[in-house]
Amino acid sequence: MEARKAFSIIAPLLGLIGVIALFAVLTGAPERYLSTANLRVVLAQTVIVALSAIGMTMIIVSAGIDLSVGATIALTSVVTALALRDGWPPAAAIVAGTLTGGIVGLINGLAITRLHVVPFIATLGMLGIARGVAKYVADQQTVNAPPTWINEVAVTFPSRPWMLFAPGVWLTIALAVMMTLVLRRTVFGRRVFALGSNEAAARACGIHTDRLKIWIYSIAGLFFGLSGVMQMSRLRQGDPTVAVGVELDVIAAVVIGGGSLSGGEGSIGGAMIGALVMAFLRNGSQQMGWPNYVQEIIIGVVIVIAVAVDRYRTSRGTE
Amino acid sequence: MTLLKLHAIEKRFGPTIALDGVDLEVAAGEVHAVIGENGAGKSTLMNILSGAFASDRGEMSLDGIPYAPIDPAEARRAGIAHIHQELALCPHLSVAENMLLGTEPSAFGWLDRQTMFERAAALLREFGRAEIDPHVRTSNLSLADQQVVEICRALARDARVMLMDEPTSSLQRSNVERLFRMIQKLRDRGIAIIYISHFLEEVREIAERFTVLRDGKSVATGALSGVTDAELISFMVGGRPSPAASPRPLPRGEGSVVLEVENLAAPPRVHSASFVLRRGEILGIAGLIGSGRTELIRALFGLQRATATRIRLHGSFGYLSEDRKREGLALALSIADNITMSRLSTCARAGWLNLRQQAAQARDAMQRLRVKAAGPEIKVARLSGGNQQKVALGRLLHQDPDILLLDEPARGIDIATRQDVFAEIAQLAASGKAILMVSSYLPELLGVCDRIAVMSRGRLSPARPISEWTADSIMEVAIGGSA
Repeated sequence: MEARKAFSIIAPLLGLIGVIALFAVLTGAPERYLSTANLRVVLAQTVIVALSAIGMTMIIVSAGIDLSVGATIALTSVVTALALRDGWPPAAAIVAGTLTGGIVGLINGLAITRLHVVPFIATLGMLGIARGVAKYVADQQTVNAPPTWINEVAVTFPSRPWMLFAPGVWLTIALAVMMTLVLRRTVFGRRVFALGSNEAAARACGIHTDRLKIWIYSIAGLFFGLSGVMQMSRLRQGDPTVAVGVELDVIAAVVIGGGSLSGGEGSIGGAMIGALVMAFLRNGSQQMGWPNYVQEIIIGVVIVIAVAVDRYRTSRGTE
Repeated sequence: MTLLKLHAIEKRFGPTIALDGVDLEVAAGEVHAVIGENGAGKSTLMNILSGAFASDRGEMSLDGIPYAPIDPAEARRAGIAHIHQELALCPHLSVAENMLLGTEPSAFGWLDRQTMFERAAALLREFGRAEIDPHVRTSNLSLADQQVVEICRALARDARVMLMDEPTSSLQRSNVERLFRMIQKLRDRGIAIIYISHFLEEVREIAERFTVLRDGKSVATGALSGVTDAELISFMVGGRPSPAASPRPLPRGEGSVVLEVENLAAPPRVHSASFVLRRGEILGIAGLIGSGRTELIRALFGLQRATATRIRLHGSFGYLSEDRKREGLALALSIADNITMSRLSTCARAGWLNLRQQAAQARDAMQRLRVKAAGPEIKVARLSGGNQQKVALGRLLHQDPDILLLDEPARGIDIATRQDVFAEIAQLAASGKAILMVSSYLPELLGVCDRIAVMSRGRLSPARPISEWTADSIMEVAIGGSA
C-alpha cells in the first residue's frame, strides 16, 4: 500500500520535473526559465486552477464530477466585484464571493441527491445556470471594482518582496495542506473515500451518503468561489464571460495527479502537481513563442499519457 | 430462547408476490439454515430483515421488542448484519477502515487511527486470522480474507444476528473450513446466524435447524438431524414433479478429435495443460478456486495471453463465463437480444435486424431451456439468477458452436434449475458437441462428465474416465498436485 501511495505522487512529480527540465533545455536559457521571477509568474497563474483542484479532488475521490467550475468562477468574480463597488469592505466581499460558490455547490448537491440527477448532468445544467446568472447580475458587462488590497492577493509580483510569492499562492498552499489532512485524517475524509470506493457499502454501514454528498459539493463550491475571488483580483474586475472551460483544466489537474474518475483514488498533493504541470507547459510554450494551438495539443496529449501510465501501473499491480 | 421472531411476513412488488406468509424463529447462538429454490423468497426475506425493504404485513420482533427497521442503518443499530453474497467492502480503504466504517473511533471529527488499528487487529486475532494486516489495502486481500473483514465489520458493530447469503459460494474448501470455525466462534458468543446455501451437505455441517421457503411461504421448519436430504428436497420442490436427474448416457463412442492442446501455459496461473477433446464428450476440469481452471478456459477463448507447444482446433468455440453479471449477459438488454447476440446474422439481412425473427428464435431457446419469463422482450436484469443463467446458456445454443467452454455453469442457481441446465448440457454432448466444463462442485462433475482432469497449481492432470475417479481421489490431486 505504501509503495502504491508513494508512486501515485512520485509519477506526477517526475512528470513535472521532466516538463521543467525539457523547457529549461529547449528555451536555451535555463537561468531565465528557472528564475524566481518566472516561478512567480507560473505560480500566480496556477492559483485559480489549483484552488479549484482542491475542491475537485474531493468530488472526484467521491466518484462525482463538477462541470460548473468555470461558470461558478465567473459568477463569484462578479459577485465579489459588485460587493466592492457597493462599498463593502474587502474582507466582506471575499466572504460574499466564496459563500456564493458554496451556495452553487449546495444547489448542485441538492440536485444530485434530492432530484436524483447524476452529477454530470446536474453540474452541466449548473454550468449554464451560473453563467447566465453571472451575466444577469453583472448586467451583461464587466463590473469594475474600486482598487482595494484584494488586487494584491493574486498579483504576480507582491509589493512586499519578503513575501516572495503572492498571498494567494501561500493561501493555496495552506489550504492544500489543510485539506490533505482533512481527507486523510478525519472521519469525513475517509468517508469521502468510502463513498467513492463503494457507495452501496458506505450506505450499508449507516453512512448518510446523501448528506455526505451535499457537504462535498458545498465545500468544493467554496473553493471554486475562492478561485472566483482570485480571478477578480487578477483582472481587477468582475467578468461574467471569464473562465470558460476552466473545469476541464481542473479535472485534468486532478487526473494527472492520480485521481480516478471512477472514485476512491486521488490526492490533493497530486492535483497540485497536476496543476503545475499544465502551468509549466503553458509557460514554457509561451516562452518558446509557440502558438496557442500547440499548447492545447501538448496538454491534451499529456492528459492522455498521464492516465495511460496510471492504468498501466494499476493493471500490472493487480496481476 | 428466541432472539429473532418473524410472523406471517408478506411482501409484494407490484403484482408479484415475493413473500406470502413467512414464519421464522431463531435463537441466540443458533445457526439456522434457510433453504429454498431461487425465487422462493430468500433474498427478499434477507432484505426485509436488513432494512432494505419494509414488509407489507406481518410482525418481526428482536429480543421480544417489535422490530421494523426503516433503513439498513437502523437494522445495523438494532444488531442485524447482512453479509452479502457479493462482498460489500470499499476496495480502496484499508482493512481497519472497512471494519470500522460508519463507527470510526474519533475525537472532534479527527480519526483516532491508533485505536482503529488496534481494534481491528484485536478482532482479527480473536478469530485466528492475526496474519491479516489491518493496514493493508482491502483490494490486495483474497476474496476469502475480504469475507473475514466483512464478518469482523459486523462484529465491530455488536451484531446479534448475522445474515449470511451463500457465504461459501466463492471459497475453496480449506477456506470453507476456516469460515465454519469462525461461525462456530460467533455461535459461542451467542450470535444468531441465518445461513443461506444451496449446498445441503454444507448446511448439515454447520447448521442445527432449518426453515424451507417455497413460493414465498415457509413450508417446513425443524432440526436438521430429523430430516433426510430427500425430505428437504421434497419440501423445496413441493408437489411439483422434480425433473429427472440428468440421463447418464453410456460412454459415448469415440468421436473425432476437435481440440488438441499440448503444453498450454498462461502465466501466472496456468503452467502446463495438455488434453484432447472429442466430439460428443464432456470433459470436466476440477480443481480448487485459484488453481488456474478459469484462466485455462479464458486462454483457450483468447481472453488471456497464452503459449503452447501445439493447439489443433477443428471447429468453433462458445464461451460461458463464470461471471454472469459482468461477462455473461448484457443485463440491461432483453432476453432476445442476449440470446441472439453472438450470432445476429441469423436474424438479419444486410445489417438490418428482423425483430420478429429474432423474437421467434429467442422464444425457441427459451422453451427448450424452460426460461420462466413473460416473453423474449423482458429485460434480463428482471429475471432470477437461475433464469439468467439459462439465458446465458441459450446464447450458446443459438450461437451453435462446436466446442462449448463452460465455466461454472451452475453457479448460484437452485437445484431444479441446475438439473435443467445439466440435462441440456448432456443433450448437447449427445448431439455431437464437445464440452469442456469447469466446476467447483464435485457431485456435479461426477454426475455429468465422461472424463475429468484436475487442475492443481496451474498444472492439469491427465484426463481419466469418470469411473476411475472418486470425490476423494479428485480432492487428493487438487490439493496434492500429484496425479
